Order: sequence, then C-alpha cells, then structure tokens
Amino acid sequence: MGDATENGSTDTADLTKLIDQALAERDARDGFNKRNKITIVAWDGHLDRIWPTLILSTSAAASGMEVSVFFTFWGLFALVKPEKRMTGKEWMTKALSVLNPGAMKRAKLSRYNFAGMGPWMLGKVAEGYKTPHPTELLEMARDMGVRLIPCQMTMDLMGVKKEDLIDGLEEPIGAATALLEMKESSIQLFI
Amino acid sequence: MSITATTVDARGQSCPGPLVTLFRALKDGGPGDVFELLATDPGSKSDVPSWATLSGNELLEASHEDGVFRYLIRKA
Repeated sequence: MGDATENGSTDTADLTKLIDQALAERDARDGFNKRNKITIVAWDGHLDRIWPTLILSTSAAASGMEVSVFFTFWGLFALVKPEKRMTGKEWMTKALSVLNPGAMKRAKLSRYNFAGMGPWMLGKVAEGYKTPHPTELLEMARDMGVRLIPCQMTMDLMGVKKEDLIDGLEEPIGAATALLEMKESSIQLFI
Repeated sequence: MSITATTVDARGQSCPGPLVTLFRALKDGGPGDVFELLATDPGSKSDVPSWATLSGNELLEASHEDGVFRYLIRKA
C-alpha cells in the first residue's frame, strides 16, 4: 500500500514535469503566455445578449481577471449616451439609428419584444430579484476596471462620434487589435 | 475558533451582486484578512467556491441556515 502510493506520487511528479514542459514548448511556439484574461466581442445589441455579457464581465472582474469587451456592429449602440436620440452622418445612417435607437435603456429583446412590453416586464421581474439591469451593470463594469472598447470601423460606418458615446470608454480599436486582445486571453467569447 | 471577520452583507442581491459586493469589500482589506459573506442568492452555493478558485482567495467555510448562506473567506 505504502509502496503503491510512493510509486503513484513519483509518476504524478513525472507527469506534472512532462505537462509543464509541453506547456512551455507551446508558449514558446505561440510567442507569449495567455493571461488570466477574458475578451468578449459584443456584436449584438439586444438586451438578452448584452445582459449576460455584462454579468460575465463583472463576475470575471470580481474574480480578479482582466476583462476586455469589444463593442462592434449592433453591440456598439449599447454604448450610446441615453440622451442621444439619433446618431449618424447622412440620411441613411441617421435613419438606421432611428430604427435601432442606441443606449442600453432602449435595448430591445431579440424575441418576445412585443413593442417594448417584453423588456419592460423582464426589467420588472429582475428588479424583484435584485438582478442589476444592464444600465447599472455597465456602470459597475466600468468602475471595476472592465475595459469597454468601441470598434473604430463600426463608428466610421455608422457615423457614430466619440461624443455620442458614454464616458469612461477605452480608445476605439480595429480588428487586428481586437484579435490581439483575444489571442492573449484564456477565454474568448462572441456574443 | 476565534477569527475576527468583516461582515459583507449581500442578502437580497442576485447574480452577479454578491460577487461584486464581495470584491468591493475585499479591496479595502489586506492579505490574510477574513471576511464573512452573507447571501440569500442560491446561485452563490456554486458561485462563491468558483470565485475562490478563479481569484485565488481561500474559502474557509460555507454554511446555510434559515435561507441565508454564510461564507468565510480569507483574502489572498
């Protein structure tokens, strides 16, 4: 019994050494170590997508992880200031922004929206359960050091200016920088 | 066992409330400080141990009484 345990622990030590070696080789090949970091690409602006994105972001930050959220396409509109009714440069992007009003508090549900009844009811239920609304979670995330990064290309395409967006955001970045954020993260999500 | 623990009251809060409240309380403490987290969120049963694994803080004790979950945590 004693021998078996001893043999077992020797084997485990050997195995651990082999694994460490393999990991070091992989890291050398990749050129860097993955960090204790999560990067989320927030592509969709619907309430029922942005909400879990922000729950994961704040939970990760509370767990001591670095967190980056890259807001692109419809996701970017969640970062529009609540008092902004319209964004865009010419009539087409302006019309699009009216069809897709920005700001977290105006986010629609991807299903069961029923002209705003769905989000209103979900908000009421969440209030009862003391689940923070995305508007509140976004502020929490910012306070906890979550990096909220707008997509430069979406801003250009949709005519969204920096002053249209809420304060406390990172500098806008492009796809390559977003890829770098993802590459150095141990968790990457596209939501 | 006589440990002086700072109580963190997250009763009534739901995911991710208790973890955010705990994170904020821990920021004011030093390494080795012990915190007592009170929560009513049933999700905290799995979430607090997971949080401890992720963050490297130590979960010393977990108990449940009259609908209140109590966790003793030592800051890393």
